[in-house]
Amino acid sequence: MTKLEYHLKTPITEPEINELKIGDVFYITGIIITARDEAHKKAIELYEKGQRLPIDFKGLGVFHCGPIMKKTKTEWITVAAGPTTSDRMELFQDQFIEYFRPSVIIGKGGMGERTVNACQKFGCVYGAFTGGAALLAAQRIKKVKSVYWLEELGMPECLWVYEVEKFGPLIVTIDSHGSNLTSDIMKRVNYQKEKIVREMK
Amino acid sequence: MMSIDIIVENTIIELLKKAATELPNEYLQEIQNQIKSSEGEVGKAQLKSMIQNAEIAKDTQCPICQDTGVISFLMALGDDFPIRSKIKEIIKKATQKATKEIPLRPNSVDMFKGNTCDNTSYDGYVPIIYLDIVPGDKLEITAMPKGGGSSNVSTLKMLKPGLGLVGVKNFIVEAVASAGSLGCPPYFVGVGVGGSEDLCMILAKKALLKPFKIRSFDSKVASIEEELLEKLNQLQIGAMGLAEGPTVLDLHIEFTARHPASLPVGVVISCWALRHAKATIYKDGAVVFN
Repeated sequence: MTKLEYHLKTPITEPEINELKIGDVFYITGIIITARDEAHKKAIELYEKGQRLPIDFKGLGVFHCGPIMKKTKTEWITVAAGPTTSDRMELFQDQFIEYFRPSVIIGKGGMGERTVNACQKFGCVYGAFTGGAALLAAQRIKKVKSVYWLEELGMPECLWVYEVEKFGPLIVTIDSHGSNLTSDIMKRVNYQKEKIVREMK
Repeated sequence: MMSIDIIVENTIIELLKKAATELPNEYLQEIQNQIKSSEGEVGKAQLKSMIQNAEIAKDTQCPICQDTGVISFLMALGDDFPIRSKIKEIIKKATQKATKEIPLRPNSVDMFKGNTCDNTSYDGYVPIIYLDIVPGDKLEITAMPKGGGSSNVSTLKMLKPGLGLVGVKNFIVEAVASAGSLGCPPYFVGVGVGGSEDLCMILAKKALLKPFKIRSFDSKVASIEEELLEKLNQLQIGAMGLAEGPTVLDLHIEFTARHPASLPVGVVISCWALRHAKATIYKDGAVVFN
């Protein structure tokens, strides 16, 4: 498999997304917004009540991240901002993609079938960043543009709007063509497990 | 002279800072070795990011990972150490201060009132304290912040005793396989066998902190550890679950006696960033960071 490297600028278009295949590496320049369990839940609830979100996600990146932030007199500083386990957002991600049409989901550990279907239907990809590499990630965040829902959801769960430069490397593990690298790998892991268990003495 | 209360408080803050920002050298060295020995550029790139990130953390004294975890303290409190029950209050205060100063992420969420914002709970259970009373006049204390990602894939099973050792080993393999890519591999694995449903988990968590790559003093247990290390790496989960590089960096097992009708097995998994720091505080206020 030839792995290609892409540099994308937000807002990212559907043809750009469709070029990416699982295993490819890409970097994002532009806007990404943090959202974890609570923010996904709240955003979907608001949408279903017919209310608007404080920011439009279309063509942007959603970052599964609960950062450590520090406030100086004049601005917010990102201390550490690596990805959180994306699997928890599998409960909400398909609806979130359908309602808000982000182009990229950034996290770690990969996601499941519902997200794969939404990515295929609405032109989105999942990019994995190295888990725990919170300072490498923070270095690529050039500016904290704004923050929403901080009071209500708290620092790890609210929406932090980041301006990023060459945020990555991100490895495509779900593309917009229905492929899921993580589930391919886990099938092999499961096969290995069955073999080990069968032969255990 | 500074009071012993203040010395203990300051030491705890320092331990939390050290644990959050510096990964033990032997772990970093092992990741370096794995970069050399493993195959595949994807896995190597993940491991290199881990090293690079740890270097920045040490230089800038910023937390390695944004998830600075739920905090545990493991303590051996000497009979003649001047502080007794007040230690709980000191730990609470130090945790609150450390959260602001380092800073740590506020990771203590009350189900009804929301984030407490200071890494403590209203009821006194968090941070978690494991206290052992021992002879002597010193206090040994280890700070262990543990992230949620790998805690979420930790697991317990009450096996039927008839399944025996093979059942225990298979459950460990199944536990790591089902953790898969979710808890930031390569993993450290702590296993507790026996005791009760709670004791096996505590033993498993404490097993994570046993000396790196030093096998059990009991040769029977040591050979099970060796066997499982090899087999778990055959799962080929790989660094960050991308199928390249190591799956498990180390594993320790603790066995203790059990109820005849029970065979509890606890598997506590840690991400690659297994963070901890230890200090010994003497009666006269001298502090040695171990």
